[in-house]
Amino acid sequence: MRPSPSRLLNILVPVKRAVDYAVKIRVNSSQTGVDLNVKHSMNPFDEIAVEEAIRLREKHSPSTISSIQAITIGPPKSIDTLRTALAMGADSAVHVELPESSSSSDAASSSSPEPLGVAKTLKAWIDKQQQKGEGGGGKPVDLVILGKQSIDDDLGQTGQMLAGLLGWGQATYASKIELDVEKKEAKVMREIDGGSEEVRVKLPMIVTTDLRLNEPRYASLPNIMKAKKKPVEKLKPSDLGVDLTPIMETLKVTEPPKRVGGGKVESVDELVEKLKEHGFTAV
Amino acid sequence: MIRETVRRFATEVVQPKVREMDEKEQMDPSIIQGLFEQGLMGIETPSEFGGSESSFTAAIIAIEELAKVDPSVSVMCDVHNTLVNTVLRSYGTEEQKAKWLPLLSSEKLGSFCLSEPASGSDAFALQTKAQKVGDDYVLNGTKMWITNSYEADVFLIFANIDPSKGYKGITCFIATKDMGIEIAKKEQKLGIRASSTCTLNFDGVKIPKENVIGGEGKGYKIAIEILNEGRIGIAAQMIGLAQGAFSLSVPYTYTRTQFGQPIGNFQGMAFQFAEAATEIEAARLLTYNAARRKDNGLPFVKEAAMAKWYSSQVAQSVTGKAIEWMGGLGFTRETGVEKFWRDSKIGAIYEGTSNIQLQTIARFIQKEHSQ
Repeated sequence: MRPSPSRLLNILVPVKRAVDYAVKIRVNSSQTGVDLNVKHSMNPFDEIAVEEAIRLREKHSPSTISSIQAITIGPPKSIDTLRTALAMGADSAVHVELPESSSSSDAASSSSPEPLGVAKTLKAWIDKQQQKGEGGGGKPVDLVILGKQSIDDDLGQTGQMLAGLLGWGQATYASKIELDVEKKEAKVMREIDGGSEEVRVKLPMIVTTDLRLNEPRYASLPNIMKAKKKPVEKLKPSDLGVDLTPIMETLKVTEPPKRVGGGKVESVDELVEKLKEHGFTAV
Repeated sequence: MIRETVRRFATEVVQPKVREMDEKEQMDPSIIQGLFEQGLMGIETPSEFGGSESSFTAAIIAIEELAKVDPSVSVMCDVHNTLVNTVLRSYGTEEQKAKWLPLLSSEKLGSFCLSEPASGSDAFALQTKAQKVGDDYVLNGTKMWITNSYEADVFLIFANIDPSKGYKGITCFIATKDMGIEIAKKEQKLGIRASSTCTLNFDGVKIPKENVIGGEGKGYKIAIEILNEGRIGIAAQMIGLAQGAFSLSVPYTYTRTQFGQPIGNFQGMAFQFAEAATEIEAARLLTYNAARRKDNGLPFVKEAAMAKWYSSQVAQSVTGKAIEWMGGLGFTRETGVEKFWRDSKIGAIYEGTSNIQLQTIARFIQKEHSQ
């Protein structure tokens, strides 16, 4: 079969090392954040993103998607997150390394980099690949798949900010992605408040994943071993000309007030009375 | 990463089926398939034969993590990897490796057939005969207590080609189920009930000459060396089992309140937790040390025996306490903690009884300390 005359697609999947979903979170003693001496793993929505990239390749024949590259902006330990992406099937990885936080009580550096900083870093990487071009060993990015939010800060901004900075189209909260390689566009089903919305977006574009998009695979043992040989490029933010100094400062983190026991009512009328008493009705 | 991936597989795929498999005394085929799909049935096998090309220690970690959830699944993986695959890798010819290892890595379950009704600890008093007929062999005899045998397709069978030579006639053969291997009986057991344990009959089973592993009369050496390694696998199963029971029961004690506080707060309980945790850690370190020595080409037979003996003891005692920590609830089959206690008993029995382990250790001590 003749290869398609248009360039093969490159997918970039940013991933984040976050507190594991099963951990019982506790506020730290200085009330500046949560205790981070706990188990970390890849943000679950990012796993869905990696999985989707691999499924797109499996669906569209391996020769359509030239490269799936995972990228992370984080401390040295984030390399584990990249290894997981490689073991799931990504081809290569990029580690924009941040220094290890100096002390566990330092909220700003021990918490994650901010969405705007991450978006700027990703843009810088994408621009660099564009400049290099295919001939120069670069991987011009056609599709960026991100998790819709990370489960530590729940900010949910990075994908949207990246689209804004790049001037690319975006389809967030994706529950289904259909890629049209010939037309260089994608049809995405989005989960919105009223139900679902289908959008058609031209490549290059940003997609953020929602829970129902797919169920990520387990990295099998042979794939974990193969992942050890896959290339990982290490960079500093300054190599990309990005300054990740935080612009936000967390003032205080506290637990929500302990739930107080409720009361029981005998009838609907009593319920309505109680609601009125506590100011919960418009009447 | 290997630990994490096996842990996820165990918690998400195996855990939901554990009780049902135990009650039905049957391994769910989807679990066996899952083990193959995850690359857990060819852990040390080179990738050219479809394996995961990892280390022995990686296998030990996988066996440990599986045992934290279901010791039956763990022993299936253990026997297949540390006994069956290892024999082929260590003693097979290039043709045999190329023929059998890919099948064992991808779809065919293996079984290790040494014990017989009249020979367990005294393994080399085995009586299954392999009569040479031309270049081939005809097998007649019975094997007993064979793990995995109900679901297995590939069998490593130890038989004697010349009883007049005593143990020097014992030879290792590889056979497939369709060569005429009969399952005479499936045992109903106290523990590891989902792991099949059967009596096998060979009645005139023909084995071609290319199915001799390691050469005629080498079976004794193969069995001894393989069991030394397999021992470490069982130790790993026992420490995983103990940890599984511990991690299940201790959190419960911090939510169950009596006399106005969580029972886990009482010093008597807390001291028991501390002792049990220390014993598990000690058993774990013995196991990891034996694995480390083996991976680094150091002598490890004594350390392997110590690990297996001690781990099986700790597993018994910790699981017994775990039931007590959960009180009446621990005694019901609902939580799964009693299953760990039932499963642990086999640790002191198979792959070399505790008395045999002690004898092995004592022999080394005598050699080291006598003139």
